[in-house]
Amino acid sequence: MKIIVLMKPTPNIEKVKFDVKRGVVDRSSVELEINPFDLHAIEAAVRIKEQLGGTVTVISMAPPHAEPALRDAIARGVDRAILLSDKRFAGADTLATSYTLASAIKKIREFDLIICGEKSVDGDTGQVGPEVAEFLGIPHASYVVEIRNVSKENITVVSDFGNAYYLLKLKLPALISVTKEVNTPRKPKLRDLLKARRAKIEIWNAEYLRDVLDIDKIGLRGSATRVVKAFYAFERGRKGVIVKGDEGVRKLIELLKTEGVI
Amino acid sequence: MSQDILVYAEFLEGKVHPVTFELIGKSRELLKNSKGLVNAVIIGFSASKYAEELIHYGADKVYVYEYVEPMPPNIIFHKNIVLDLIKEIKPKLILFGATPWGRSLAPRVAAALRTGLTADCLDLYVEDDGSIIQVRPAFTGNIIAHIKTLTLPIMSTIRYKVFKPLRKDTSRKGEVILRKVPKNKLVETYGIEVLGKVKEKEVNIADAEIIVAGGRGLKKKEDLKLLAELAELLGGVVGVSRPLVDAGWISKDHQVGFSGNIVKPKIYIACGISGAPQHLAGMKDSKIIISINIDPTAPIVRYSDLCIVGDLYEIVPKLIEEIKRSKEERRH
Repeated sequence: MKIIVLMKPTPNIEKVKFDVKRGVVDRSSVELEINPFDLHAIEAAVRIKEQLGGTVTVISMAPPHAEPALRDAIARGVDRAILLSDKRFAGADTLATSYTLASAIKKIREFDLIICGEKSVDGDTGQVGPEVAEFLGIPHASYVVEIRNVSKENITVVSDFGNAYYLLKLKLPALISVTKEVNTPRKPKLRDLLKARRAKIEIWNAEYLRDVLDIDKIGLRGSATRVVKAFYAFERGRKGVIVKGDEGVRKLIELLKTEGVI
Repeated sequence: MSQDILVYAEFLEGKVHPVTFELIGKSRELLKNSKGLVNAVIIGFSASKYAEELIHYGADKVYVYEYVEPMPPNIIFHKNIVLDLIKEIKPKLILFGATPWGRSLAPRVAAALRTGLTADCLDLYVEDDGSIIQVRPAFTGNIIAHIKTLTLPIMSTIRYKVFKPLRKDTSRKGEVILRKVPKNKLVETYGIEVLGKVKEKEVNIADAEIIVAGGRGLKKKEDLKLLAELAELLGGVVGVSRPLVDAGWISKDHQVGFSGNIVKPKIYIACGISGAPQHLAGMKDSKIIISINIDPTAPIVRYSDLCIVGDLYEIVPKLIEEIKRSKEERRH
């Protein structure tokens, strides 16, 4: 089984500082790590490999300083790590990102299954998985909460459709995006961390993908959307009344009556 | 160029998702000063029964792709239908609900059209030059970005409950275009066999108007019953922060937050929830937020209209008692 994991190196939302005036992330505060949702994608891939044999390749599109995130992926059981890194990839929206990732997958050529996390903590879109599937012309399932069965031909998963959970059987090759419910990622062992330190990270630039990719469709130039402005999301002006114990109970009862709840 | 809008009416097994009516209402508002039409597309078995309702809420034209027999939803099949219709009517703007289904379907359509898609929008507005700007959160809700799409059609998924539907007007007239989907199209799998429903959601928390939520301030699983009692008295449902789901106390269907459900009830009562950023991203747009917390410096307090400082194990039982008493008084 040849499995590809799409992993996004993202800033840690708990630690990152925001430039409140300009509505952007303070770049000097940014260290990139594996997007928390993608930890579950890596774990799912490694478990399938352990069960059926095969390889797990992780692909990221990110600046060069994302390398430690790819090493972390190797420590977690990934066999091969490819970092798509080029100034020309920068500024990509989900369309250009998906196109670039799909092109890199075409370059790899052989794959049975692609796994990604349901969304990233910075972009929040969840669009890249389904868009990659469309570019490759393969079936996909989003919001996969459980992987029931994997064979050479099919993968059977439980997917959250919103109204209910559905059982889907996808013909391979296919793409799934997983939620945090799908598994509990293991912590890498010290031995694996040390091994990952020496592992090779392949860096692919736009030139290297020339035979599979149209330079006009990548990066900011290939993007269909533009951020025209951005703001720091200040909390809405709340009343912020702070009261203690019984006084609070009384106030809340009053409020519930005013709102017609009781 | 056409100014028309296409709204994808989410219709999964017999129910139109309420976000659909909100999108139709917003579309009418966006077309206030234009000749453009509000089109809607609805796909499924018995879908034609709902066409008039979409018109009553503001659609001009409803394209119904009616299955000849019940069939669970196949995303590729929905994609193909929507793509064909887009090629036929060439709308300028296409709106989907930012529901799990909408957020899975819309990107496939956008990639097939090689056009831009903006996820989980909180607002849309028209600039003086006529361009449409999409407003969306990023960085787990910490940043609000205004986004313009350079390609056509413009596509967005829109969060549930950010727009109000128009008042239902049963005298409103529109056109229904009925297209029967033959059985041979339905039996094709497109690489995805939908084997059926595994289970329903325990609760559809995104629909709830009142949520009583618990967090790490709860000491044991059984104590969720206390919150359930309060929720029931108020006609609401129980929500939780992620740690309680991780601990296996309750299903993810109840989880509020960035990796759970994003909610916008009328009243959100947070009991023993400190307010981690991931939780705040899921509930901070609630109309009224009340927190019950022992620590008046907890982050949730800044997001609260009313903060009751105290032990939830004292406060919640008192609340229950008071509500019961007040209901009793009303009865007499």
